[in-house]
Amino acid sequence: MKYLDEYRDAELAQKLAREIHRVTTRPWVIMEICGGQTHAIVKFGIDELLPKDITLVHGPGCPVCVTPLEVIDKAIEIAARPGVILTSFGDMLRVPGSETDLLSMKARGSDVRIVYSPLDALKVAEENPTREVVFFGVGFETTAPATAMAVFQASQKGLRNFSMLISHVLVPPAIEALMSSPDCRVQGFLAAGHVCAVVGYEEYLPLAKTYRIPIVVTGFEPLDILQGILMTILQLEEGRTEVENQYARAVRREGNQPAQELVRKVFKIVHRKWRGIGEIARSGLGLANAYAAFDAEKKFGLSNHSVEEPKECLSGLVLQGLKKPPGCPAFAKKCTPEHPLGATMVSSEGACAAYYRYRRREEKELAGAR
Amino acid sequence: MMRVGRINFGGVFKEASLAYVPEAKVGDYVIVHVGFALSRVDEDEAQKVFEYLKQMDELGEIQGKEK
Repeated sequence: MKYLDEYRDAELAQKLAREIHRVTTRPWVIMEICGGQTHAIVKFGIDELLPKDITLVHGPGCPVCVTPLEVIDKAIEIAARPGVILTSFGDMLRVPGSETDLLSMKARGSDVRIVYSPLDALKVAEENPTREVVFFGVGFETTAPATAMAVFQASQKGLRNFSMLISHVLVPPAIEALMSSPDCRVQGFLAAGHVCAVVGYEEYLPLAKTYRIPIVVTGFEPLDILQGILMTILQLEEGRTEVENQYARAVRREGNQPAQELVRKVFKIVHRKWRGIGEIARSGLGLANAYAAFDAEKKFGLSNHSVEEPKECLSGLVLQGLKKPPGCPAFAKKCTPEHPLGATMVSSEGACAAYYRYRRREEKELAGAR
Repeated sequence: MMRVGRINFGGVFKEASLAYVPEAKVGDYVIVHVGFALSRVDEDEAQKVFEYLKQMDELGEIQGKEK
């Protein structure tokens, strides 16, 4: 497929890897924010092409993973109500709440449906006027325009049986939280290309300056990621702390203006708790007052409660880049994609799921060879 | 109400909203996420990584000759 296959060329990847070896003189720690990039790195073995001095740590950019336990419990509470159809992205259904998950609710008779797009949830609401249809929306800046459009259209159409449980999050406040932590080892960031396709990268300029870190907006294919890493290392080696754009074929400096406009209209910035990390000020999106009628939490009168994370799940440390999945005692033993302890083992963007899927067999083979 | 495009994902066709890429035309490549096209792929920019790699080769040759 055009714009995909050519960015997976093994020979060119080797060439970029050789250049990375050539320019690296010291150890550096680089974080890729996005879970999609984490999967590509582990799947294609990009980390294994790098010099030993380069450490990639995996960031919190997995929306399903950072959705707090309390919000998943709320979705479960809504799904349990009679007459409700709860819709969400597929990954959300298997994420454990404090007692059960949405897929189990479905098995027990709740009407829980997987949708590909928030617009599909809107369609379900139009087709079922006597039912309350709720979309459980999670995601970063990439997903917010889609959610915003669903709310906007519902409002235009005067749909009264449609609402949303929103847990949208934003990247820059998370970078600030990570950089402010005394444990932070990160010296450079690969920013998520698709997030920047929407918001552009102007808001990263003050971050690079304040924290004196290079930030390279990077795509998702192996050649993109390798070039992003090379650009970050070149900045580190030369003592530069700039925002650069590797993914210029999809990302413009100003981002997607019409998308940003609708997001600003429908949402407001709110404080948000991140699973495994804690509350980060002004790090999320909630419905703006004008669209409060579509807020499922208000509609269903859900109360706020606070629950403890299971202690045996180390996903908080994994999401902050402080631990790699195989370093968790429960990894691939007590915690598997079939019986996950935490969301990082469930999501197609979760670091634990990536290591489980792509690295476990190799480890077994290595163990067998020994 | 909203422009919708038929998108070919490597042989699988799906519809996506073009509300956020009003400039998109038939034949364009777009980045799609949860049913929405978010960005048009810029063909010139798309070539740059390959040009960079080619330059690296040429530079390597020059450096090789100097040695």
